Amino acid sequence: MNRKKLQKLTDTLTKNCKHFNKFEVSCLIKLFYNLVGEATERPGAAIGLDRNHYYLLFCLPLSSSSLVFRGFDKDNDGSINVTEWVNGLSLFLRGSLEEKMKYCFDVFDLNGDGFISKEEMFHMLKNSLLKQPSEEDPDEGIKDLVEITLKKMDYDHDGKLSFADYEKAVREEALLLEAFGPCLPDPKSQMEFEAQVFKDPNDFHD
Amino acid sequence: MGVALARLAQWTAAGYGTGTLEITPLNEVLLKEIIIFVEHFTNDHPQEAKCVFVEPLEWKTNLEPSAFESGYIVSSEEVDKNGEPLLFLSGPQIKVRSFGQLSQLVFIAKDAKLKETQACIEANRDPVVKILGSEYNTMTEDSNVLNILHKISNGDDPDNEKKMKIAILLKQLDLHLLNHTLRHISLQIHLNPVPVKKDIELLKSFSGKGDQTFLESIEYTSDYEFSNGCRAPPWRQIHGEMCYILVKPHDVDTLCVTCSTDGVFLNGGKTDDEGEIDYERKGEVYKDLVTFLKDKSAKFSENMSKQENKFSEEQQKNQTDEVPKKEETYADQKAISGTDKSNLEKTQTNFGKTQMTRRLEPSLNWRTTVDSKDRKTPVKESQEEKHGGKPEKSRASVSHGRAQLFRKSVDKVEEIASESSTESEEDEEPPDHRQEANADLPSEYWQIQKLVKYLKGGNQTATVIALCSMRDFNLAQETCQLAIRDVGGLEVLINLLDTDEVKCKIGSLKILKEISHNPQIRRNIVDLGGLPIMVNILDSPYKSLKCLAAETIAHVAKFKRAHRVVRQHGGITKLVSLLDCAQNSVEPVQSSLYETRDVEVARCGALALWSCSKSYSNKEAIRKAGGIPLLARLLKTSHEDMLIPVVGTLQECASEENYRAAIKAERIIENLVKNLNSENEQLQEHCAMAIYQCAEDEETRDLVRLHGGLKPLASLLNNTDNKERLAAVTGAIWKCSISKENVTKFREYKAIETLVGLLTDQPEEVLVNVVGALGECCQDHENRVIVRRCGGIQPLVNLLVGINQALLVNVTKAVGACAVEPESMVIIDRLDGVRLLWSLLKNPHPDVKASAAWPCDAGEMVRSFVGGLELVVNLLKSDNKEVLSSVCAAITNIAKDQENLAVITDHGVVPLLSKLANTNNDKLRRHLAEAISRCCMWGRNRVAFGEHKAVAPLVRYLKSSDTSVHRATAQALYQLSEDPDNCITMHENGAVKLLLDMVGSPDQELQEAAAGCISNIRRLALATEKARYN
Repeated sequence: MNRKKLQKLTDTLTKNCKHFNKFEVSCLIKLFYNLVGEATERPGAAIGLDRNHYYLLFCLPLSSSSLVFRGFDKDNDGSINVTEWVNGLSLFLRGSLEEKMKYCFDVFDLNGDGFISKEEMFHMLKNSLLKQPSEEDPDEGIKDLVEITLKKMDYDHDGKLSFADYEKAVREEALLLEAFGPCLPDPKSQMEFEAQVFKDPNDFHD
Repeated sequence: MGVALARLAQWTAAGYGTGTLEITPLNEVLLKEIIIFVEHFTNDHPQEAKCVFVEPLEWKTNLEPSAFESGYIVSSEEVDKNGEPLLFLSGPQIKVRSFGQLSQLVFIAKDAKLKETQACIEANRDPVVKILGSEYNTMTEDSNVLNILHKISNGDDPDNEKKMKIAILLKQLDLHLLNHTLRHISLQIHLNPVPVKKDIELLKSFSGKGDQTFLESIEYTSDYEFSNGCRAPPWRQIHGEMCYILVKPHDVDTLCVTCSTDGVFLNGGKTDDEGEIDYERKGEVYKDLVTFLKDKSAKFSENMSKQENKFSEEQQKNQTDEVPKKEETYADQKAISGTDKSNLEKTQTNFGKTQMTRRLEPSLNWRTTVDSKDRKTPVKESQEEKHGGKPEKSRASVSHGRAQLFRKSVDKVEEIASESSTESEEDEEPPDHRQEANADLPSEYWQIQKLVKYLKGGNQTATVIALCSMRDFNLAQETCQLAIRDVGGLEVLINLLDTDEVKCKIGSLKILKEISHNPQIRRNIVDLGGLPIMVNILDSPYKSLKCLAAETIAHVAKFKRAHRVVRQHGGITKLVSLLDCAQNSVEPVQSSLYETRDVEVARCGALALWSCSKSYSNKEAIRKAGGIPLLARLLKTSHEDMLIPVVGTLQECASEENYRAAIKAERIIENLVKNLNSENEQLQEHCAMAIYQCAEDEETRDLVRLHGGLKPLASLLNNTDNKERLAAVTGAIWKCSISKENVTKFREYKAIETLVGLLTDQPEEVLVNVVGALGECCQDHENRVIVRRCGGIQPLVNLLVGINQALLVNVTKAVGACAVEPESMVIIDRLDGVRLLWSLLKNPHPDVKASAAWPCDAGEMVRSFVGGLELVVNLLKSDNKEVLSSVCAAITNIAKDQENLAVITDHGVVPLLSKLANTNNDKLRRHLAEAISRCCMWGRNRVAFGEHKAVAPLVRYLKSSDTSVHRATAQALYQLSEDPDNCITMHENGAVKLLLDMVGSPDQELQEAAAGCISNIRRLALATEKARYN
């Protein structure tokens, strides 16, 4: 990719992105192409990161990584292109609570119908309890946990979580943002990532 | 008498011979009763009093022969039929042979009668035998009145009838003593009769024929129940035994069991003859009857477990109405027996000392935590009583503050002495309320148990959900707090703090923060090692996490052990560094789970420091970590949330000298004054409290005035609803009014009138300060007039009858200040105030004595109090410098009257004053010199002072740096120099040169006295020279 094209891409992405400055955007673009590798840089071919790349970056637990990937991949084409990459990271690293809530809700709403249903919850929580040999039905605990969650978050008592329910609960208790599994980087890896990627070229000589 | 003495009196060494009676309250009671008996004997039974003892009672006495009137010098005039005197004194040995003489002796011994009686009883271990003969040995328990009668009627002694009467009288005394002491002893019982009785009744209802019952039968050995609930005979009750029961379980033979205060055990069983019981212990001691029976009978144990629920339910029902009683006896027991008598006394004296050295501090400091107050009251009170040594328990409302005061000083003693010494007050574990497994549990209990299960067995996601759900319970409620603990939740919550999961840590701390309002939970958290982990979290990069950890520490670290743990794990330094955050004014707008405002971090740090600053070592640690400048900086902010913990910490720490200096240096006073004007009552209170602590220092008092702090203080006086704040405000006013300029200001603000209005209907904590302030204000003539005009004298005099030491010190001082005005003096006298002041001279507290002695200058009036002058002179034997100074001042005043001077001279004022001469205390020196110079005016006192070697030390006073000492000394020397021998002593000690310097002083009185003294010395020198040449 030539410099001019890169410059243009950087400019457009910077314009559309709230949280990053031009330098940071250019760093991210550079990183993107490093990850994607020169091989994919053929005109016309779909450029993007597939799931495997993604894990490398954020070390998210495998169980929820597919969810996260969906959150990034807005156009659902199975790979993350450079725009999705920058926007996704913008949310990850600098996103406001509102943006994060929106993102997390979308991730948890597996079928995209605007609600998190009991079944979806069950699916997401099914590995959250250690199997106890004494328990007859291991699913009992999960079902109970779903009920507990509903009791806590389902304000309109319709047996499923709407975005309004979810938002209210999160505003009351920020810990519930990632109620059904981690889908945001933890602050430590976030800091490490930023330190790594946004290294000022001028610092290099120090 | 015999039984009581042998069984009850607490002898130091068991066995006969040289044993001595211990000084215990019980023995004292015994001795006093015996004295009363002996004293009344002659009057009540004149005939018997003359009856001659079989053998004399013989002991070493401390009485001087001179104590006896003429006729008693060596032996009594009264003799027996053989011509032997009934009382014979030779050297220290004394022999007495009748009750008549005994009562005479008690009368003569006056104050020493207790000692004499003790010596007599110690030397005559069985007085009854000596009095009546060996056949009346009452040491055996089987003796009864009939026995005695029998023996006496058989004898052919002509005094038979008298002897019999005496025997009966002694028997009566014996019973009386037994009853009397029983009352004392029954207070010390551990297990008390009530629960034992209930247990037995309950078991009874579950016993009978058939396989399902617990026992075949259970019965008392005696049907008679004493008024204290015991059935054991009195002489066994002394050993703590309450009753004996016969138990027949299904599978073993009948057991004869002793229930005693120490527990339940098998005794020797019924002896065959007369149905007597062999009291000897034959087996282990069990904690209660049920445990005993479970161990003895397998059948009982089996049937018991079958019906456990029913039984324990019944038992619980019983226990609930028992609980208050138990607690009461618990407290009483502690108050009376203490743990270890000598130990107790040690702490008591210790305590007294620290209280004195720490300047009398009124008990403003009662706030620890509102929430814990109620729960702790019983423990605190018993503690207080331990130190006060008074077994009364009815001052709950007022005593709270005092208890705190006690706590403070005790805390300090301990901390200085040794950090690891036994924990005080708050560390006495409150009774654990673990819930019984089978009791009716609230539904929350089960829900919480389920959540804890998910906490244990869930991954991060499940854990967070469980944590959030747990927060929906009412964590302020004790049921929930204890439920979390009882299902093992605390361990899990604390373990979560040790993981890397930030979210779990946050969730866990949010719960711990709430439930640690409960004192029991605090202790459990510390026991489980929660504090060091929280201290480590303070280093976390996430501000919200830091905040939560600091806040939780603030809640947990409310007792000494916790304070120590925080400090030892470096928590103080970390907390102090949290204070440093707030300088960064550019705050991140973004509020996320992990971030929070810097101000918040600093606030939480201050909160935790506030909690920790109640311990002396922590105060030091805060200072060393550089906390004071940071606190000073935070004080400039305007958030009340921030200011309260900051000022609270400062106020707590201002008890230390180092802090007061630093507070002055950091210009903190200015901001304290500013915040007095705040709207927040709590903030006002802490500011006033801090000012109170700091205003010991003169410069600080001036600063308070310069920054305009006196006006808000004066206006806060008008709001009397909030007593804590009122106490703090009056305290600040008191300390500030030590400076004259401040008093003038207070007068301007009409504060004096308001203070007078506060003399009635206020708690003691307020009164101490109000009176203290008035005492300072009344050093001024104008204010004295105001106090009188507002009718302040009457309430002040009324306060003279109180018992609160701190208050009395201030009241005597204030009354003394008022008494300077003749007009006021008239009022005081009319209200009987002078007599009240005099009676305070007998107060055991030296500070009270000292301040009561000041106003004792009412000339002629003084003599009208019987023994008053003698009392004053005797106070010179005190070893407290303050007392001595004020007594000297009082003597100076008293001695203005010639007749008084004559009386006190007779009471030996001269040698006592002379003995004090070798002091380095300038205040005492001045008053002593004044007293000496005044006392020279009588008879040959001048010569006497010389003989008692008072002159040489006085000369040295002239080298003191205090000019007021110089003047008094020169005047005294002038008086003394009228005697030639004294002149020689002065000359030998180099007085002339020193006096010559004084002649040049601008102080005219000093000049004159010095010159007069020199001229006397000179004149003597001339006369001797002349004599030599002639």
